[in-house]
Amino acid sequence: MTVTRRSGFGLGVAGAAAFAIAGAMPAAAEWKPVKPVEFVVMAGQGGGADKLARFIQSIIEKNKYAEVPFIPINKGGGSGADALRYLKDNQGNDHVIMATLNSYYTTPLRNPGIGVNIDEFTPIARLAEDTFVLWVNSNTDIKSVDDYVKAVKEKGTAWKMGGTGSGQEDSLVTAMLEKAYGIKETYVPFKGGGTVAANLVGGHVDSTVNNPSEAIGFMQAGKVRPLASLTAKPIEELKDVPTFKSLGKDLVYRMQRSVVAPGGISPDVAAYYVGVFQKVFESTEWKDYCKKNALQCSMLTGDDLKKYFADEKASHEALLKEMGEIK
Amino acid sequence: MELLSHLMDGFSVAFQPFNLGMMALGCLLGLFMGAMPGLGSVNGVAILLPITFFVPPTAAIIFLAAIYYGAMYGGAISSIMLGIPGASTAVATTFDGRPMALQGKADFALVAAAVASFVGGTISVILFTLFAPPLADFALRFGPQETFALMVLAFATFVGLGGDDIPKTIFMILLGLVLATVGLDNISGRPRLIFFDLQGFYKGISFIVLAIGIYGIGEMLWTLETSRGKVEIASNKFTFKRLGEALKELKRAWKTMTFSSFLGYFVGVLPAAGATPAALMAYGLAKSFSDTPEKYGKGEISGVAAPEAANNAASTGSMLPMMTLGIPGSPTTAILLGGMVIWGLTPGPLLFIEQSEFVWGLTASLYAANLVTLMMNLALIPLFVWVLRMPFMILAPLIFVLCFVGSFAPDTRMFDPWLVLLFGFVGYVMRKLDYPLAPLVLAIVLGPLAEDSFRQSLISDQGDWTPIFTRPLSGIVMGCAALLFVAPMLKGMLRKNKAKAASGEQS
Repeated sequence: MTVTRRSGFGLGVAGAAAFAIAGAMPAAAEWKPVKPVEFVVMAGQGGGADKLARFIQSIIEKNKYAEVPFIPINKGGGSGADALRYLKDNQGNDHVIMATLNSYYTTPLRNPGIGVNIDEFTPIARLAEDTFVLWVNSNTDIKSVDDYVKAVKEKGTAWKMGGTGSGQEDSLVTAMLEKAYGIKETYVPFKGGGTVAANLVGGHVDSTVNNPSEAIGFMQAGKVRPLASLTAKPIEELKDVPTFKSLGKDLVYRMQRSVVAPGGISPDVAAYYVGVFQKVFESTEWKDYCKKNALQCSMLTGDDLKKYFADEKASHEALLKEMGEIK
Repeated sequence: MELLSHLMDGFSVAFQPFNLGMMALGCLLGLFMGAMPGLGSVNGVAILLPITFFVPPTAAIIFLAAIYYGAMYGGAISSIMLGIPGASTAVATTFDGRPMALQGKADFALVAAAVASFVGGTISVILFTLFAPPLADFALRFGPQETFALMVLAFATFVGLGGDDIPKTIFMILLGLVLATVGLDNISGRPRLIFFDLQGFYKGISFIVLAIGIYGIGEMLWTLETSRGKVEIASNKFTFKRLGEALKELKRAWKTMTFSSFLGYFVGVLPAAGATPAALMAYGLAKSFSDTPEKYGKGEISGVAAPEAANNAASTGSMLPMMTLGIPGSPTTAILLGGMVIWGLTPGPLLFIEQSEFVWGLTASLYAANLVTLMMNLALIPLFVWVLRMPFMILAPLIFVLCFVGSFAPDTRMFDPWLVLLFGFVGYVMRKLDYPLAPLVLAIVLGPLAEDSFRQSLISDQGDWTPIFTRPLSGIVMGCAALLFVAPMLKGMLRKNKAKAASGEQS
C-alpha cells in the first residue's frame, strides 16, 4: 500500500551520514546551545516514544555529545496535539526539539482544529523505523497467514483484533490487512502496546499487530506466534517469519522515530542538531538498541527527510480517508 | 528452599555498601518528592533516571525503587499536614488525615501513615517473594470484562462514602464521570466536551489538577472563611511517649491494615489498576466494614491506615506485571520499565530466569527500603509537625504557591493552574452547599478505566453485556460488588432503626 523509500541499509546510511557530516561540519562550530534543550515527547511517560526519547537522552549524556543537557518533556495530550501545538508556539526557538511518531502525521489531519501544519517544522533526523508483525496466541492451530485468513472467515466479525487507540497505527494496519484479504474483524482498542500484547497472551483477543519489541519476550516464552511482518524485507530477529510481500500482498507499514525542530530556526541551528543525532545514530548503544528491539535503523536528514515526511503524510491522508476517519 | 537461597543471594546484593547507600538516598529523595504536591514519584523517577546511567543496573533499580517507595510514604505527608494530596495515590489519606491534623493529632496521623505503609510494603514484598510467577499468570486472566467488574467493585465500596445524602452523592459521581470524559477519547480517537473550543481540554482534565483544586485551594478558602485567618492548631511536641500512644491507638486498626495490604497488592498486580484505585477501595471497604462508619471522615485513624497500607502494597504489586510481563501497572513503573530497557535488561517472562541476580537484589532491597523509610519517617515527624505551627498568614500563601507549582509541573502548561483556580472555587462552593467531594474524586479516577473496559468488553462481545456476569472471574467480582452495594444500605437501615428506637437523639 505504502511504498518504502528504503535503499540498501549500508549504502543509505553511508550516504545520509556523509551528507549530514558535510552539512554539519562548518556550521557546528558556529552555533551551540546556551541553555538546556527541551526534548518534547509526543506521548505520555512510559510509552514507547517516551522510552526511546529517554534512551536517546542517556546516550547523549553518557557520551557527552552535547554541551548542555537534553531534557525530555512529555506532552502526550490529545494524541500528541499538545506537543504539536507547543512546537508551533515555539516558532524560532533554538532550544526546543521534538521526538515524533506517526501521530505526527495523523493528529493534525484528524484534528484540524489545532491549526498545525507539519510542513512548517524543521526536519532534523530520522533515526529508525519500527515494524509491525501479525501475532496470534501460540495455543491456536494457526501457523500461517492462510490459516489465519481461514480462521477469521470462519469466525466472522466475532474475530477480535486487539490494538492501540482508534486512528492510531495499529488500527491503520488492521484496516490495511482487512482490505488486502477481504476479511472483517472486530477491532478492540486498548491503551498501550504492552496491554495489547498481554490481552493476546491472556486470550482476550484473537490476534494483534504489535511491534516486535512489545511481543518478542512473549514469543521467546512460547506464548505468542508471529505469522508475517509488514516489512519490505524479513526482520533480522524474526528470520523465519515471512513478509506479507513475499506472500503476494503489498502490505508495508512502519512507524518512524524521528526528531524535528520548530519552524523558523536558522540552518546553523538545524545543522547542530543534525550533528548531535548523527553521533547518536553511530553510537554502539544505539546499534544494540536497534538490534534488541528489532528496529530498522537507517538515518535520513535534510531534504531526503523532508520528502519522506511529505510522502508519509500523503499516504496517511489516503489511508485515513479510506477508513472514513477524515473527509 | 531454593527461594530462600535466592533471597539470601539477593540480600547479599542489596546490602553491599554502595547499594545500601543508593537505597537510603533514594528513600530520602522520594520522601520529599512525594510530599511536594504535583511532584510525585512519576516526576521524581523521570527526573532522576539519567543519574542511574552511571551506576550498575542493580544499584540503579534499587535507587529508583527506593524513590518510588519513599514517594509513596511522602505522599501522605502533605495530605495530612496541608490537606493537599501530594500524589494521586494519597487522596484517600486526606479524608481522615487532614481532620486529624486539625484536631492537633497530626503526629498520630503521620505515625499511622508510616506504620501502615510499612505493614503494606512488607506484606506485599513477602507476597511478591512467594507468588510472583503464579500471580503474573493470574493477572493475565484479567480481560476487559474482569477489569470492568473490578471498577464496579471499586464504585460499590464507595456507596457509603458520601454520607447520608444519597442524591448529592449520586450527583457528584455523575459530575465526576462527565469531567472524566473530557478530551480525546481513547477508543474512538475523537474529541469530546471541548468546552469553548479551548485547546487545553484536548488533553482531558487530569486527576491531580482536580484534587489540588478542590482540596488545596477549596480547603484553604473554606478555612479562611470559617476561621477568619485565625487558625490555631494545637500540636504537641512529638516524643517517644506520644509515639507510644499513637501506636496504641493504631493497634485498633491492625485488621484493617492487614486486609488493605492484601487488597492493595492484588489490585496493584492487575495491569489496568494501580495504587490510586487500590487506596480508594481500601478506604471504602474499611469504612463499610467498620463498626463505627460515622467516625470516618472526621479523623479516624483507620481511615489513614487503610489507604496508606494499600497504596504501598499496590506499588510493590505493580512491579510484578512490569517485570514478568513488561506491562507497567502504574505510570511510575512505566518509567522504571524504560530504565530497564536502557540498562540493557529485557523485562518479560524470561527476566526471572535470565537476570535472577537483578530480580532478587531488587526484592531484597524492597524489604530493606521499607524499614529505612519507616525509620526516616518517624525521625522526621517533628519537622513536619513544626510546619503546622507556622502562622497561617505564612502557611496559606505557601500552600497557594505549592498548588500552582504542583499543577503546572506535570505538563508544564498554564492551562492547568487556571483550572486549579476554577476547581478551587467550585470546590469551595460545593463544600458550602454540603456536597461530598470524595465521590467526585473517585469518579474521575475510576471513570476512564471503567468506561474503557466496559466499551472494550462490549466491542469484543459484539454488544453483548452478559459475559460480564457469566465469565467466571468477572462474575465472582460482580457478585462481590453486589454484596458490597447492598451491605452498607442494610447496615444503614439497621442503624437508623436503632436510632429511632433510641428516640432520635443523634448528632
